Amino acid sequence: MLRFITSRLLQSLLALFAVITATFFMIRFVPGGPFTAEKAVTPEILRNLEAHYGLDKPLWRQYADYLGSLAQGDLGPSFKYPNRTVNEIIGDKLPVSAELGALAMAFALVLGVTLGTLAAVFRNTWIDYTASGFGLLGISVPTFVVGPLLVLGCAIHLGWFNASGWYGPSDRVLPTLVLGLAYAAPISRLTRGGMLEVLGQDFIRTARAKGASEWRVVTRHALRGGLLPVVSYLGPAVAGILTGSFVIETIFQIPGIGREFVNSAFNRDYTLVLGTVILYAVLIMALNLVVDVVQAWLNPKVRLEG
Amino acid sequence: MEAVAANPAAAPEQGSSLWHDAWLRLRKNRLAVAGLVFLLFVAASCLLGPLFSSYGYEEQRLDLGASPPGAQHWLGTDTLGRDLLVRTLTGGRVSLGVGLAATFVALTIGVVYGAVAGFVGGKRDAFMMRVVDIMYSLPFPIFVILLMVFFGRNIILLFVAIGAVEWLTMARIVRSQVMAVKRMEFIEAARSLGYGRRRIIFRHILPNILGPVIVYTTLTIPAVMLLEAFLSFLGLGVQPPMSSWGVLIKDGAEKMEEFPWLLVFPAALFSLTLLSLNFVGDGLRDALDVRSSKD
Repeated sequence: MLRFITSRLLQSLLALFAVITATFFMIRFVPGGPFTAEKAVTPEILRNLEAHYGLDKPLWRQYADYLGSLAQGDLGPSFKYPNRTVNEIIGDKLPVSAELGALAMAFALVLGVTLGTLAAVFRNTWIDYTASGFGLLGISVPTFVVGPLLVLGCAIHLGWFNASGWYGPSDRVLPTLVLGLAYAAPISRLTRGGMLEVLGQDFIRTARAKGASEWRVVTRHALRGGLLPVVSYLGPAVAGILTGSFVIETIFQIPGIGREFVNSAFNRDYTLVLGTVILYAVLIMALNLVVDVVQAWLNPKVRLEG
Repeated sequence: MEAVAANPAAAPEQGSSLWHDAWLRLRKNRLAVAGLVFLLFVAASCLLGPLFSSYGYEEQRLDLGASPPGAQHWLGTDTLGRDLLVRTLTGGRVSLGVGLAATFVALTIGVVYGAVAGFVGGKRDAFMMRVVDIMYSLPFPIFVILLMVFFGRNIILLFVAIGAVEWLTMARIVRSQVMAVKRMEFIEAARSLGYGRRRIIFRHILPNILGPVIVYTTLTIPAVMLLEAFLSFLGLGVQPPMSSWGVLIKDGAEKMEEFPWLLVFPAALFSLTLLSLNFVGDGLRDALDVRSSKD
């Protein structure tokens, strides 16, 4: 198990290094710089600015400097927000996205697992058809359609919520609903598939023969195995919840890290782009690692293949 | 599948009967048939519709402004007085086109990569699949966003970028299928006849794994179209005055308070198209009896 984790860890570090290097050089070969948009910058001021941020040094030198400070956890100063560091900006914006993501994921898991389990237990009844229909619908109707439609219905026509913003608890409802629904759908499909497979196995028959109640059979015996496909989906899904939130944050004007990332790319804010990319990469890799370990723990067969 | 593989001499006849069986099974699946019919209808309308319309997709009538659906403009007009029906159909051309083109890119890379990895096996295979594992763990949507921001929202770049993201799963599926097929006797026979690797891979192995490839291709198209619309929604994909479903939904979402039809029609058509593609994909999976796909 330890060897398994170490090898995955090394692999992730290698990938992370590749991401940092690729991003660093990619954004430098792009036309335009962080100061080109500002009006009336004389060549002299531009030189001073570039000297201040070290942009006048050779590229390999900047790269080495960046890696050096990164090793100490310093993501550098932002080019667009004077006197602010990337660490501070991320510290401001990440909790917002994390809160939204956590709420949405919790909602998606509860709804998705419940629907998927119901669909599997009551296979080929109207309950199954309703739940499966919901699953297909949720996969096909994207967040940027559901979001505006819900805003139109619940916020503008019925006036239950604010159409945008991120202040009170009621502002959390619509974004959580929209983001959560998008993930509840695939989760319900995976749960249904996994549960159907498990429910057909011998040990379930044994449990039933023992006289265990249907409730106990499903929750105690079947769910553990039936949720395996869901667990392996969760890594990419949590990553997707972070990237999917670009759209949600745009629709509901939420001051999260996703919007900040898109803006920083438009602004050529080199350090902020790099900082957010690194943040996403680390999160995704860490989550995938956790998923691998949990999967190995739930299913010894996977452990051997790893 | 197995029938074909086990008896290669009779492959042509057996093959056609396999596809025939699949077609019969597919025809019984009412949802899949409905999806297929709807898709053909949408594709035909998008291709032909704008030709028969008296309005152009860029044609503005500022005096008209945004008008609700009526006899003149069946789906109404947008704030610049452009006919929404024509813009939706033209946008459909772009969305479907990008979907097909990017899927083709993903299909080509994924099949070749997966087939080679599965066929050569051993250390080279392990290395190639490690590369795929690593690429899986990269934040790709972020790279696509960066690409689009930096390199000027070129539509060709858009589908190359999307295709380059979507090939990974295809490579995995093809590899596992190739590994299963390559141990069969008819491959041994081909080898002993002295055929080269390339010929064996493309002429003998690939035709036998077409089922899963077709199924996954059908399921890739909606994923790709979603990504295109997602980028266009963020203002990074197709640029106005050109239209695509993502662009129209973005415009509609901005103006939905006053002019809800601008959102409702493109959004409905887009969702129904994706739903149909998923129905057809699921139907094909059941018809071809493929179990190795994602869920």
